[in-house]
Amino acid sequence: MTMGGARPLHPGRWLGVPLLISVLATVVFAAPIRIYGLQLPEPVFAMVPAFAWALIRPSILAPFALLFLGLFLDVFWGGATGLWGLSLLVAYATALAGRNMMTGQSRPIMWAWFSGVTGVAMIAGFLFTMLDSLAMPSLLAVFWQFLVTALLFPFAHRLIDRFEDADVRFR
Amino acid sequence: MPFREGPLGDLKVPLTWTAAVALIVAVVIAVAFLLADRRETLQQQAYGVTRQTVDTVSKPVSGVIAAPGRWTGLGVDFASSYFFTASENRRLKAELKEMRGYRDQYLAEVDKNDRYRSLLGLRTDPPIPMVAARVVSDSRGPFANTRLADAGAEKGVLVGNPVMNERGLVGRVVGVANGASRVLLLTDIASRTPVMIDRTNARAILTGDGGPNPKLEYLRGADPIKEGDRVVTSGDGGVVPRGLPVGAAVKGLDGRWRVVLFADDTAIDYVRILLFKDFAQLADQKALLTRNLPPVTTEDPNVSILGPAAGAKPPPPAAATPTTAPATTAPKPVAPAVTTAAPKPATPKPATPKPATPRPATAQPRAATPRATVPTAPQPPGGGV
Repeated sequence: MTMGGARPLHPGRWLGVPLLISVLATVVFAAPIRIYGLQLPEPVFAMVPAFAWALIRPSILAPFALLFLGLFLDVFWGGATGLWGLSLLVAYATALAGRNMMTGQSRPIMWAWFSGVTGVAMIAGFLFTMLDSLAMPSLLAVFWQFLVTALLFPFAHRLIDRFEDADVRFR
Repeated sequence: MPFREGPLGDLKVPLTWTAAVALIVAVVIAVAFLLADRRETLQQQAYGVTRQTVDTVSKPVSGVIAAPGRWTGLGVDFASSYFFTASENRRLKAELKEMRGYRDQYLAEVDKNDRYRSLLGLRTDPPIPMVAARVVSDSRGPFANTRLADAGAEKGVLVGNPVMNERGLVGRVVGVANGASRVLLLTDIASRTPVMIDRTNARAILTGDGGPNPKLEYLRGADPIKEGDRVVTSGDGGVVPRGLPVGAAVKGLDGRWRVVLFADDTAIDYVRILLFKDFAQLADQKALLTRNLPPVTTEDPNVSILGPAAGAKPPPPAAATPTTAPATTAPKPVAPAVTTAAPKPATPKPATPKPATPRPATAQPRAATPRATVPTAPQPPGGGV
């Protein structure tokens, strides 16, 4: 079988570009701004590819791209190394396991799924932090980050829409 | 040659399974990273080259990204100062009136303090040099609360240095790179700072949890704290100097005592890094650790300290023989003859006699007694250490 008209999807397009955008958005939102006592929120932009990549298709490269993204978050935010790498991979595994249930669902249901997967990542981060620091993180702070991350679903939806059918081999 | 045209071109592997294997491998790597992490330690090598490199690269990038935000903040400050000048003027006048009273009191106290200090001959802490730095990035999540400041090893910043802004303590340095340093905030889950309540001197440990108000743990004493009490650093442990303002005590919704940080009242873009060295760090640790200890002395009940000590003082060469010789050769009859009849074995370890030789040779009259008793010393040499 030849791949003449198939035009396989290049990993740089569906893995590389979202990865770079996530890194850039994270750096921008880490700007030290406080106006009238209010600071920028800190959503986990990496949750967008972690959810979308699992739904677009199973891949060998995606887990390693997520691991890289997680390690970057840990080093850039100054957290424990491996914490976000592991949490994102847990979220990715959850989305991958529930992939058959999610595909083809309506937008609100997908948003609920995205929130659920984000919740799994936050709970994983909470537990790993407890194990690592032997202390309990503030539940309110965890919930606040969960909330602002769950609002990122439109970006994940766009990514899924763009690449779900992009490779004819996976139709 | 493309892969598909090679000998393995027809090899078919189920994608889902290979993806699962890749996922498991990635998870294992992440777990290994997490287990190897030691970010909260006060050791420079724990920070790692990777983090140093990322910090060095992040500094200019984040600096550029933060600039518009900083300008916006300055603009907002300018606008608000323009619109609220009259009310601020009234407030400042009232504050100035109050402060005049405090000023007179302060000058009197300074004078009194100087006199007491000179009377007591008190040695106070040396002034702490500082380095000003600009914050270029700030992480505020529940699992990491750090800032990246644009002053690093080139300005003498060290791991463990406390960081303040104009109102209070912000945190401490946990990593230093060239041109940048990572500040662990008081609110970070790994942050533990010894503090005390200014009013009662009650000690506590300020423990971050990722939220905006860190907890006061291990609070001791009966009724040690009340709402609004000022919390300052206690200086215990020597990492942070004593008396730096931290915040005000409040009772949290969970019923625990927490601290509203003074540092949160001001802008977050500039900080001061205190190049603080504790007294223990200033002391010459090498000199303190030298094992040039005095000889092991055992009181001989038969020999008086005052009376026969001078008479019993043997000449130095004679004394040198029993101290050094028994260690290498058979027990000499000289030493037992001086003290006890029991032919105690020669001191098994040469460690104690060795430092003993030079010291008594400098004609210390007190050393006469121990020298005679050295061969009979039944104690292990370790007892003197």
